Amino acid sequence: MTTADQMNWSVRVHAERFDPGAELNAFTARNPNAGAIASFVGQMRDFSRDSAPSGAPISSMTLEYYPGMAEKQLSALLTEARERWPLDDASVIHRFGTLTPSEPIVFVATASAHRDAAFSACEFVMDWLKTKAPFWKKETTDAGGTWVAAHDGDTMRAAKWRNTKS
Amino acid sequence: MTILYFAWIRERVGISEETVSPPGNVTTIAQLIDWLAARSPGHAAAFKDRARVKAAKDQEHVPHDSSFLGAKEVAFFPPVTGG
Repeated sequence: MTTADQMNWSVRVHAERFDPGAELNAFTARNPNAGAIASFVGQMRDFSRDSAPSGAPISSMTLEYYPGMAEKQLSALLTEARERWPLDDASVIHRFGTLTPSEPIVFVATASAHRDAAFSACEFVMDWLKTKAPFWKKETTDAGGTWVAAHDGDTMRAAKWRNTKS
Repeated sequence: MTILYFAWIRERVGISEETVSPPGNVTTIAQLIDWLAARSPGHAAAFKDRARVKAAKDQEHVPHDSSFLGAKEVAFFPPVTGG
């Protein structure tokens, strides 16, 4: 049963907007045996941390990605999560293309018998995604376009999982 | 061998993709960067700050001191900022 379930593990990378609520409902419905489901939604901020002046309103954002490698890296993240925690299922969705403020960018959901594994695996997938999945954000403000800089905090969060096994 | 560029590295080089045949003495990612940087002022600008250049060999992250020999495609990009 476990093997068949793992075939459902899904990675989706697309330009179309998605509905996080509908995705979570679908994920929950396909995991009737899981006692715990954790999810994360990353959405587009409406102000810039990187453009000058800091805090400037963002009119839109463009996400560039590396087709092929992005899907491959996200699949590898789910495989790694499955090796570390007793998961029933996991799903990740990531957008590319042009987004406007408050649109969802990324969705991660994990299902397990108990909440510890679901919470930890969800956090792990997001932390590693931030440093491994080949996506790049470019924000557009009144001042023009600015490539978002990588943050040291993300690198440190990802590094903490290197020595941590559940 | 295909070379791919992404984000501001792509913008500075001025193209997203090119096919190259480096000489035999160019075997590591770092040497490939040096060789590519000499191709045009755009390439030089893209590769100016090596610490901010990440590489992938056939879609797997690789360090600059690794060999790219046998690769079908090598990609260069800034640190990733998805999620």
